Amino acid sequence: MSVFIIRRLMQAILVVWIMSLLVYVGVHIVGDPVDMLINPEADQAEIARVIRDLGLDRPLHEQYWYFLKNALQGDLGNSFIFNEPALKLVVQRIPATFELALAALGLAVVIGIPLGVYAGLKPDSKISQTIMASSILGFSLPTFWVGLMLIMFFSVMMGWLPSFGRGDTETIFGVEFSFLTWDGLTHLFLPALNLSLFKLSLVIRLARAGTREVVHQEYIKFARAKGLSQNRIIFVHLMKNIMIPVVTVLGLEFGGLIAFSVVTETVFSWPGMGKLIIDALHNLDRPLVVAYLMVIVVLFVFINLVVDVLYSILDPRVRLRDLKG
Amino acid sequence: MTDTPILDVQGLETHFFTKDGVAKAIDGVNFTVRKGEIMGLVGESGSGKSVTGFSILGLVDPPGKVVGGKVLFKGEDLLQADDKRMQELRGARISMIFQDPMMTLNPVLRVDTQMIETIQAHEKVDKQTAWQRSRDALAQVGIPSPEERMRAYPHQFSGGMRQRVAIAIALLNKPDLIIADEPTTALDVTIQGQILYETQKLCRETGTAMIWVTHDLAVVAGLADSISVMYAGRVVEQGNINDVLDNPVHPYTLGLLGSVPGHNTRGQRLYQVPGMAPSLFKLPKGCAFQPRCGYATEACQQDQTVTEPVPGRAVRCCHPQVEVSS
Ligand SMILES: Nc1ncnc2c1ncn2[C@@H]1O[C@H](COP(=O)(O)OP(=O)(O)OP(=O)(O)O)[C@@H](O)[C@H]1O
Ligand SMILES: [Mg+2]
Repeated sequence: MSVFIIRRLMQAILVVWIMSLLVYVGVHIVGDPVDMLINPEADQAEIARVIRDLGLDRPLHEQYWYFLKNALQGDLGNSFIFNEPALKLVVQRIPATFELALAALGLAVVIGIPLGVYAGLKPDSKISQTIMASSILGFSLPTFWVGLMLIMFFSVMMGWLPSFGRGDTETIFGVEFSFLTWDGLTHLFLPALNLSLFKLSLVIRLARAGTREVVHQEYIKFARAKGLSQNRIIFVHLMKNIMIPVVTVLGLEFGGLIAFSVVTETVFSWPGMGKLIIDALHNLDRPLVVAYLMVIVVLFVFINLVVDVLYSILDPRVRLRDLKG
Repeated sequence: MTDTPILDVQGLETHFFTKDGVAKAIDGVNFTVRKGEIMGLVGESGSGKSVTGFSILGLVDPPGKVVGGKVLFKGEDLLQADDKRMQELRGARISMIFQDPMMTLNPVLRVDTQMIETIQAHEKVDKQTAWQRSRDALAQVGIPSPEERMRAYPHQFSGGMRQRVAIAIALLNKPDLIIADEPTTALDVTIQGQILYETQKLCRETGTAMIWVTHDLAVVAGLADSISVMYAGRVVEQGNINDVLDNPVHPYTLGLLGSVPGHNTRGQRLYQVPGMAPSLFKLPKGCAFQPRCGYATEACQQDQTVTEPVPGRAVRCCHPQVEVSS
């Protein structure tokens, strides 16, 4: 197991490094921040000074080398706009985004798996067909539109739920969380639901497809021949098998959830990383954009690592293969 | 014998309603199995042996359906029993060993889990006791170091070992009837002999009745008390094992026996039943075997009734080969 983890870690480091190169170069191609940063009335000397201060006069590979050296010490440069460490700005926003993404993931699993398994067990029932039709809607409706509709209905028309911000938060270990207060929970619900919609549809489809496949396996018939109860067969024999693809895909999609939260955070004014990056892009705040992308890359890689480990726990066959390999 | 048989199957019919038409996989099957008796159920691939087993346990999945007959288990008709009753019986009073050992165990559950749950589904025993009984069952079927193997996952076993685990599971609750669907095909000859011996001993000692499904006539010859030969969803010949093997009467049984190496004189080519097993959608009128039968006549176009050309023998054929037999 530890050999397995170490090997995956090495791969992860390699991936992060390659991505840092791509991100750095990519962001430099996108646009020149100098025009945005400098007062249009400034004279030539002033402009040159600013460019020198920011290191923008050096060749790109030198700039990257400088960036990499600092990055290894945890310094991704200062934001042009806020004039504060970019990494700190991004990291400060992580908890809010994570909370939102986890809540969305939780909703997707808690709602999606029962619905998908039901639809898989009774594929011809009216309820199952309704579930499947709704999941297609979940796939195809744009997130921002659904977000606006949720706000229209639950907040504006019914006045049941707030539509703006995180609400009251509780602080543990110096990090603020909304889900710990009732007010925070009510604030969390709508954006989480909005963000989860796509994943929810995905989970329903995966769970249904898995169920359809697994119920016809011989081992399920054998479990019936052993006289096990329906519940035991569904919740142990079937569920454990369909969880393998669900966990894999969801794990991999968690990164996507964080990336996608840009839209939801904007619609619901949720103060997470997504809102930060939108503003940073607007201002061509290079260090901030790079910092955000690097954080996302590291998150993706880390999530993949966790998924691999989880997967090997769920599926004994993978564990064995990796021990041997 | 006057006591009620453990299993009495009467006129069983199981049909598959496919889009190509209705396949009469089981079309009027009768047999009885008594306490401690081992019945061999033989026939070519597709003759309906496995479906017979599933029909008895109520495990025929759509598009299949048991459409007629009676399955009397100690006098109780299982075709009328509700789900709860069937769940009580399955794995406890009647257990089944499936044909394909690679597919019968759940790949993500440990062997101990899959064994213990089988006991606890039917009996209120603590985990410790259930665990010990499971381990003993593994030892009984000849799995080395059963204690350690209990913690293994199915993929860590070979096919033969998996089949033994399945056999051990079938034995766990000391059932009255075991339906063994070609349980030893995946095993090598020594192990096969060992399992056959163990099984026979078990049936003798505990009075467990058994239906032993197989292609291999040599296996049933040494093991079974009676034999039913199936062809295209029907039992064509039935009787005491030695009588049938020494003195087969149905042309199909004759053909099957002709294809057993031991029955041929040295140097002679192995005899094959000529032709192919029929498609259930294109069965000929009357006797299903007639296109492949050397004795077929006009009379074979009629529906065949079951006769008793030799005492204690049930045969579905209008040309029983009584005098030809060796
Ligand atoms: N799911 C199904 N759908 C349609 N027909 C089926 C289905 N299962 C079985 N049958 C039909 O039932 C017949 C009997 O099948 P069965 O599995 O009992 O054969 P068998 O005697 O066990 O053969 P084998 O020795 O290959 O295991 C087959 O010929 C097949 O046409
Ligand atoms: Mg079969």
